[in-house]
Amino acid sequence: MTGAAEGSALPAVARLRDVGLAYGKVRAIDRVSLDLPAGRVVGLIGPDGVGKSSLLSLVAGARAVQDGTVEVLGGSMARAGHRKEVCPRIAYMPQGLGRNLYRSLSIAENLDFFGRLFGQGKAERERRIADLTASTGLAPFIDRPAGKLSGGMKQKLGLCCALIHDPDLLILDEPTTGVDPLSRRQFWDLIDRIRAGRPGMSVVVATAYMEEAARFDWLVAMDEGRVLATGSPPELLERTGTATLEDAFIGLMPEEKRRGRQPVEIVPRPEEEGGIVIEATGLTMRFGDFVAVDHVSLQIRRGEIFGFLGSNGCGKTTTMKMLTGLLQPSEGEARLFGQPVDARNIATRRQVGYMSQAFSLYSELTIRQNLELHARLFQVAEDVLPGRVAEVAERFGLADVMHALPDTLPLGQRQRLSLAVAMVHRPAMLILDEPTSGVDPIARDDFWRIMIGLARRDRVTIFVSTHFMNEAERCDRISLMHAGRVLVSDTPAGLVRQRGADTLEDAFIGYLEDAVGGHAESAAAVRENPEPAPSASLSPASPSPASTPGERAAERVFNPRRMLSYTLLEALELRRDPIRATLALVGSILLLFIMGYGISMDVEDLSFAVLDRDQTSTSRDYELDLAGSRYFVERPPIADYEDLDRRMRAGDLSLAIEIPPGFGRDVARGRAVQIGAWIDGSMPQRAETVRGYVQGMHSQWLAARTGASGLAAIEIRYRYNPDVESLKAIVPAVIPILLLLIPAMLAALSVVREKELGSIVNLYVTPVTRLEFLLGKQLPYVGLALLNFLLMIALAATVFGVPPTGNVLALCAGAVLYTMAATAMGLLMSTFMRSQIAAIFGTAIATLIPATQYSGMIDPVSSLEGVAAFIGRIYPTTHFLAISRGVFSKSLGFEDLPWSFLPLLIAIPVLIGLSAVLLKKQES
Amino acid sequence: MQVSNIVNLGIKELRSLARDPMLLVLIVYSFTLAVYTAATAIPETLNKAPIAIVDEDRSPLSARIIGAFYPPLFMPPVLITPAEMDARMDAGLETFALDIPPGFQRDVLAGRQPAIQLNVDATRMTQAFSGSGYIQQIVTGEVNAFIQRHRGDATPPVDLALRVRFNAELNKGWFGSIVQVINQVTMLSIILTGAALIREREHGTIEHLLVMPVTPFEIMTAKIWSMALVVLVACAFSLVFVVQGLLAVPIQGSVALFLAGAALHLFATTSMGIFLGTVARSMPQFGMLLILVMVPLQMLSGGTTPRESMPEVVQDVMLAAPTTHFVALAQAILFRGAGLDVVWPQFLALVVIGVILFGLSLARFRRTIAQMS
Repeated sequence: MTGAAEGSALPAVARLRDVGLAYGKVRAIDRVSLDLPAGRVVGLIGPDGVGKSSLLSLVAGARAVQDGTVEVLGGSMARAGHRKEVCPRIAYMPQGLGRNLYRSLSIAENLDFFGRLFGQGKAERERRIADLTASTGLAPFIDRPAGKLSGGMKQKLGLCCALIHDPDLLILDEPTTGVDPLSRRQFWDLIDRIRAGRPGMSVVVATAYMEEAARFDWLVAMDEGRVLATGSPPELLERTGTATLEDAFIGLMPEEKRRGRQPVEIVPRPEEEGGIVIEATGLTMRFGDFVAVDHVSLQIRRGEIFGFLGSNGCGKTTTMKMLTGLLQPSEGEARLFGQPVDARNIATRRQVGYMSQAFSLYSELTIRQNLELHARLFQVAEDVLPGRVAEVAERFGLADVMHALPDTLPLGQRQRLSLAVAMVHRPAMLILDEPTSGVDPIARDDFWRIMIGLARRDRVTIFVSTHFMNEAERCDRISLMHAGRVLVSDTPAGLVRQRGADTLEDAFIGYLEDAVGGHAESAAAVRENPEPAPSASLSPASPSPASTPGERAAERVFNPRRMLSYTLLEALELRRDPIRATLALVGSILLLFIMGYGISMDVEDLSFAVLDRDQTSTSRDYELDLAGSRYFVERPPIADYEDLDRRMRAGDLSLAIEIPPGFGRDVARGRAVQIGAWIDGSMPQRAETVRGYVQGMHSQWLAARTGASGLAAIEIRYRYNPDVESLKAIVPAVIPILLLLIPAMLAALSVVREKELGSIVNLYVTPVTRLEFLLGKQLPYVGLALLNFLLMIALAATVFGVPPTGNVLALCAGAVLYTMAATAMGLLMSTFMRSQIAAIFGTAIATLIPATQYSGMIDPVSSLEGVAAFIGRIYPTTHFLAISRGVFSKSLGFEDLPWSFLPLLIAIPVLIGLSAVLLKKQES
Repeated sequence: MQVSNIVNLGIKELRSLARDPMLLVLIVYSFTLAVYTAATAIPETLNKAPIAIVDEDRSPLSARIIGAFYPPLFMPPVLITPAEMDARMDAGLETFALDIPPGFQRDVLAGRQPAIQLNVDATRMTQAFSGSGYIQQIVTGEVNAFIQRHRGDATPPVDLALRVRFNAELNKGWFGSIVQVINQVTMLSIILTGAALIREREHGTIEHLLVMPVTPFEIMTAKIWSMALVVLVACAFSLVFVVQGLLAVPIQGSVALFLAGAALHLFATTSMGIFLGTVARSMPQFGMLLILVMVPLQMLSGGTTPRESMPEVVQDVMLAAPTTHFVALAQAILFRGAGLDVVWPQFLALVVIGVILFGLSLARFRRTIAQMS
């Protein structure tokens, strides 16, 4: 293989031999052997879905090696020990804008988090953060949350986070995709400066921009999971005899793929002017103080391709959303086809095709199902529907993948599907928000050929935003937007002429630099700082204080600082989402009130009626006994058996009494006589209570009549609650239940959310261990739960008047253990499930019923049967309930409750251990 | 309004659900094993109640009393000394401790009315009360029978013939299994619609729908019919195969009428799910809201403890909860064999609650979706 042969001349930072990787049946990498030279910038180029990202994630150790060997920095990445050893020397920035960053954390907090993960002390972190932010120009925005940064700034921050531990190998996966030209240029200047300061560092980059690849030292061209060629850019140009890398790459592809490839032909727009299709006048959008779009006016004519350029977060998407009616403008007016945009106007919407930045495809539906659904929603008639779907599938090259799911397709094909979906109803107008971001050059060309065809042949009006200059050149007119305002609008050639620049890119960067310079002082307008502080340089790593090998080994297993970095992260995220913390605190108090007062052991006001066939003073005496008690409420007398049956069926009566004819006479004569009583058994617990009351009252009546009490008396002593007050029994039982439900649900999303949002990759590629990760995430929730607990016992003692009578210290110790077990249950669900919905559902199933029904709140665990009895015996709530009742009602302390503490002590390591086993340290 | 849109979007929801195997497993579990486990947890209202007896009399009568406590109502009594009693009750080993004083039989025969002391652990809620009733009855019964053998007395002149209708043995599993099905129906319908709405908001697909010629009303109705259908099918399966089949609970009334009630209940709870989905801004917030809503719906609907035991205010407030009416109509139809002439007020209440929740969500829908992310 060429790669291996050439690479072996240089010292290699990574050696790959026969590496293969498959996702299910799809082969992402096919027996690749390759040496990546050290100390260079190595570029991976090729279309989407050829295995670039997979290869990088294998080298970074984020993904488990399936076939072959991957050696990085002198050891096999299949060995966990080696990964652990070298991961502090590797930095990995995954694909996607700010994917491994935490959106609610500020720049400084994100950097601090990564510094702690690599075990840096406070002083060291502060020095490095100051250095890095100064040299990248992020210093003025250090307190801004990552989620509110522009794309270029996000990528700079991602780079800073990657560089905080002075890596020897820097892996960047498409770091500039979706970033505007100015930020892109600044990004690569920054990398150059960093390399100048650290010449030994190896950099491996995947990119879709061929013009960027021309700057790299050494390139790997990939296609369909294989390496096409390797070498320096001049070597590749020479070998293929081409002038640009883009052409060189096409030259390297196999013959059958090259066939029919030609440059995109730009058909000039016919001179005759169409009517105005899209019109915006003074369109403005404010989010609080922030002006996202500032008086934007534009007019787009029929059949025109109108380009929208600008850095991320400059207001392009917001403008498009206002045009589609998704957002109501704060000021100004938008008109489509001469009609004001109205969210309720279904007729206009039928003529618009919209493609948003996020692929708004249903990932659970196949390509065909997606197309058909959208066609139906746009009321394409059923008889033309199959033809229409086949037609767009053909046109967008999707015919072969109709039964695939969107997520299994490479980005370029997904993008085509999105466009096909937007086109299936033949709209007169298309609004496309960065449709080609992250798509490789070949797929982009195909895409533009289709768009030009639509505009010229079908006279479709197209409003498109993009970051690519060669795409901008294909538009009829373009607008450059910055900080919510349109800087300039003209034809591409006109703009280059006006600015006196060589290329459109230079013209744009010129306009942007002017704009940024002019607004440098305004906080809302400043997006980038074009002039990084020149004095700051990235100082080489200062070695951490020496530690003994023993200490180092121990640190490898558990380092409190790394754990605390996740604690801090989780605590900050919780603080940034005050609604959730408030819901947790207010919720438990609210539920304590509802349940404390709502559940009662006293069953009162039970309805009863009498079928009195005797109608004597004796029978009335019997009735009065019942009616006079506070437990029963008398309803109108029963007429006959039919009436009795009807009213019991309707649930009007809980109890029906029948007094036989001649009752009074027989009682007086001492003859045996029988009173009938029917109890509604549909709710057994209520029926049981009714039965107890009736029997009690009957014997009292008897005793009163005969004047003789029974043979023996039974004195009942209700212990721990002699007056049988409901609150005293309920409150100590409700606290443990709430202390399980809420903390478990809080913790249940902590891990699965990182999985869904992508930041889980930080666990894969940093030295943090699974235990540090889990315990770190758990701690803030334990803290919140304990705060909850203190609030609840304070309320119990004051408002409810149920103070703990035993050893409060024992109660608190129990609560600490119990909340740890409760949050560990949430974590277990979170590591086990793959989606947030499943985690919520699973946690609800695993907590609600066992806590309220199998833990002894209503029926003691010892009385349960079957599986429920087993669950009840091992469930943490059972044991804390015993502690809570013991301390609250029975005046107990530590020495009385050892058998309740022990199960909790066992549950915590078991639950955490299970979570650690289920949590993967690598993507598989 | 386009009926075809509602149908097509609903089919989309069903296909999405079919692609999430873990959710399907959880749904199957919650309607089969979870129902079975809960229904068989407590076979009787009083089951295996733990009791200890201090026998200071050691007479034939006290032996007779001890022998009267046996499973399934009670665990075989543990014989203890007076000194042990406090510690054992503190540790929660027994709910009841019966102290038969010295000379008890002698005093009974002499007509001196001796007192037996029954200690009850009042923290044990329901068992404490139903159990002490049984113990009183058993002790009195044994003493009476003992005396009769001695003296040959007649039965007490006025007998109370107690009959329990609709569930003669007060088998708790009958009602328990139905309540369990109801709880699962409520929880699942809220999660399926609410969490799915938040997922669509997080993934941006709902926004995409809103630029198409589709109204929020159509989107919501599609979610409601599809998810309600899934839950209704699961509920029917559970009722027929688990409750009637496996658990052999005799159903008195019409299963079809019950399912009609379940459908109305689902209209209300799925609307509630969508409402929560528009209130919560993220999945973690939704998780919290779910607990806040589910606990009262489950504990105060009359399924766990009788409604008659709740304070007037709580009873009134809970009339606004769909579960209250669903529990009531399920009891009436399934156990008392009631027809529509009896349960129409509950049906009506569910419709009213559902319409209000649906209207609230519809009002919030477009406004909040635009504000997301």
